[in-house]
Amino acid sequence: MNVASKPAMGQATLEDRRSAKVSARDVDVFYGAKQALKSVSIDIRPNEVTALIGPSGCGKSTFLRCLNRMNDLIETCRVAGSIWLDGEDIYTSGLDPVLLRARVGMVFQKPNPFPKTIYDNVAYGPRIHGLARSRAELDEIVMTSLEKAGLIDEVKDRLQEQGTGLSGGQQQRLCIARAIAVSPEVILMDEPCSALDPIATAKVEELIDELRQRFTIVIVTHSMQQAARVSQRTGFFHLGELVECGETEQIFTNPRHKLTQGYITGRFG
Amino acid sequence: MIDERTARRLARRHAAERRFKLYGMASVAVALAFLVALLVTIVGKGYTAFAQTEIAVEVSFDAGPVKEGDFAGLVKSALAARFPEVTARNDKRELFGLISSGADRVLRDMVQDDPGLVGQKRVVTLLASDDVDMVVKGHVTAQSGRLTAPQAEWLASLRQTGAVSLGFNTTFFTAGDSREPELAGVGGAVVGSLFAMVVTLCLAFPLGVSTAVYLEEFAPKNRWTELIEVNINNLAAVPSIVFGLLGLALFLNFLNMPRSAPLVGGLVLTLMSLPVIIIASRAALKAVPPSIREAARGLGASRLQVVTHHVLPLAMPGILTGTIIATAHAIGETAPLLMIGMVAFIVDIPAGFLDPATVLPVQVYLWADSPERAFVERTSAAIMILLAFLAVMNLLAIVLRKKFERRW
Ligand SMILES: Nc1ncnc2c1ncn2[C@@H]1O[C@H](COP(=O)(O)OP(=O)(O)OP(=O)(O)O)[C@@H](O)[C@H]1O
Ligand SMILES: [Mg+2]
Repeated sequence: MNVASKPAMGQATLEDRRSAKVSARDVDVFYGAKQALKSVSIDIRPNEVTALIGPSGCGKSTFLRCLNRMNDLIETCRVAGSIWLDGEDIYTSGLDPVLLRARVGMVFQKPNPFPKTIYDNVAYGPRIHGLARSRAELDEIVMTSLEKAGLIDEVKDRLQEQGTGLSGGQQQRLCIARAIAVSPEVILMDEPCSALDPIATAKVEELIDELRQRFTIVIVTHSMQQAARVSQRTGFFHLGELVECGETEQIFTNPRHKLTQGYITGRFG
Repeated sequence: MIDERTARRLARRHAAERRFKLYGMASVAVALAFLVALLVTIVGKGYTAFAQTEIAVEVSFDAGPVKEGDFAGLVKSALAARFPEVTARNDKRELFGLISSGADRVLRDMVQDDPGLVGQKRVVTLLASDDVDMVVKGHVTAQSGRLTAPQAEWLASLRQTGAVSLGFNTTFFTAGDSREPELAGVGGAVVGSLFAMVVTLCLAFPLGVSTAVYLEEFAPKNRWTELIEVNINNLAAVPSIVFGLLGLALFLNFLNMPRSAPLVGGLVLTLMSLPVIIIASRAALKAVPPSIREAARGLGASRLQVVTHHVLPLAMPGILTGTIIATAHAIGETAPLLMIGMVAFIVDIPAGFLDPATVLPVQVYLWADSPERAFVERTSAAIMILLAFLAVMNLLAIVLRKKFERRW
C-alpha cells in the first residue's frame, strides 16, 4: 500500500503545499508507548471542508487535536513530525499555543457551553484575546457570530440566559458561534453532529457550508452521507494511518484503495 | 402473563427494597434520638446559666466611702442596714457572703455615670453570690448547699420581702473567665476563638486552595506529586495533639512567639485544617467536567485563565463547604491548643492577636474541671454557645453552596 500510494502523494505535495492552509508531514503520535498515528501526511486547502473518516479508534480525533496542539494537554501524548499553518511550523517555530488556538478553533463532539450566559459564552474568546475595544464592539462580535452560527433568531431575546439551558442542537451551534467569535482561520470539528437529531444536524451542515466561505474547516464524522454532503475533500484513516486522501467525489465513487472501498460501502468499520 | 417464578422473584425484590428502606429509617431515627438526647441534656443543664440571681438592697451613697473608692464598703453597710440584728464579726462576714464580691463594680459605674448620686439613697439590685444563686435556682436546697444556717435564714427573709429576683445574665456574655462563677463569662473565650478563626481562615483558605489548584491543574503527575498527595492524605489523619506539639516546638520554642496567643493558636489550627481543605478543594476541582477545560483551552485561554475564569468559580461551592467545615472543626478543637498554653486562666478579654487568650472549647474544658456547682450550668451554657457557633458556620456553608451552585 505504501509503495503504491507514496509516489501519488509525493506528486501532490509540491503543488498542494504551496496552496495549502495546513499541511502535515510524517506526523507520528504516541500515547505513552502506544502509537496512535503513523506517518500521516496531508494538505488541507483553504476555504474547503475536509472530512476525516475511518473506523472508531483509528486516530481521527488524535490527528485533529494535533492541528491546534490540544494534545499538549494530555500528559502521555508525544507528537513527532511537522505541521505547518501558512508555512509556519506550529510545533517548533515558537508560536505560542495560546495564539495558535486563536487561529485554529475547535468544536467538540459533545456540546460544551460554559455554565454562563449565552452572551458571555460567545464573548469569552474575544475578551481574552482583546479583540473588542469597547462594549459596543463586543456586542457586534457576539451578534454577528450568533448570526453566522444560525442561532440568532432563537436566542436574540434571551442572551442573558444560561447557555446550558439551550437544547442540544442549539448548544452545539452556540459552541460554533463561540469558536467563530475569535475569527479563527481554521475550524476543527470533531463529530459535531453526533449528539444531534436530524433537523439540528441539517442546520449545522448548512452552517458548515456557509462557513466555508470564510474559514477552512476540518471535520471528523462517522456518517458517510455527511462527509459526502458537506466536504470537498475526504481523508480515510485506518489503524493510525492515512490510507487515502482526495476529492470527496473521487473517494466515494472511485476509491483507489481496497480498505477505503470496504469502509465506504459498509463492509467493515 | 407473568409466570410464577417471575412473580416470586419480583415479590422478593420488593421485600428487599422495603427492608432496606426500613433499615435506613431506623438508623436515621437512632441518630436523631442521640442528637435529641445530647441537646436535651445540654440545654436542660445549661439554660439556667442565662439567668442570674440578684438581690435588691437600699444603698446609701455616702460621700466618705465614695471618695475613697470603697464601694465594697457601701455594699457592706447596705447589708448591715438591712439586717441590723447581725453584729458579730463572723456573722457579718457570712452576711456579706450573700452578695458577690464583684457587686461593688455596679455601684462604681453608677456613681461614675451620675455623680449627683453621692449623698443619696437608692435601691440597687446587686449580684448574688453563686451559692445563693444555686439555691434560688433550685439546683441545691438551702440545707444541702454551701450556705450556712444563718445565711439560709437571711436569704429566706430576703425572699419573703421580694428582694430576690432572677435577671438576664449579661455578665456571662461579656465577661472573661473568673474564679467566681457569677462573675465568669464566655466573652473572652468567644473573642479568642474569633481571633484564632480569623487567623486560620486567612491562612488556610488561600494556602489550601492554591495548593489544591497547583496539584490538580498544573503539577505534572509524577512520583513526586504522588508522594506529596499521599503525605497530604496522611496528614489529614494525624491526631490533632501532634499538631499542637509541632506548634509548641516550632512557633513557641523555635520562633519565640508568645504563649497563649490567638495568633499561635490560629497557626496551629491552620496546620491542622490545611490537609482537609486541600483534599476537599481537590475533590471539588476534580468534579469540574474536563469538557469545560477543553472548551476554554480550545478558545486559546491560558492555563491560569482556564482556572480563574472557569474551574475555580465552578469548584467554589465545594471548596467553600470544605473550608468552612474544616474551620468549624478547628474551632471545636481543644487538644492542640492546650499544648501552646491557651489553657491558661485569663480574666481579660483579648484585644489583639498577641494577647493571651483562651478559646471556647478550652473554656468548656476548664469549667468542666472546676469544683463549684455553679460552673456545671455554665459549662453546659458554654457548650450551647459553641454549638450555636458551629451551627451558624454550617448554615453559612449551606447558604454559600446554594448561592454558587450551578448546572452544567
Ligand atoms: N488520552 C489518550 N490516552 C491514551 N490513548 C489514547 C488517548 N486518546 C486516544 N487514545 C488512543 O489512540 C487511538 C486513536 O484514538 P482517537 O480518539 O484518535 O480515535 P478516533 O478515530 O477519534 O475514534 P472515534 O471515532 O471512536 O472517536 C485509540 O486507539 C485510542 O485508544
Ligand atoms: Mg474521536
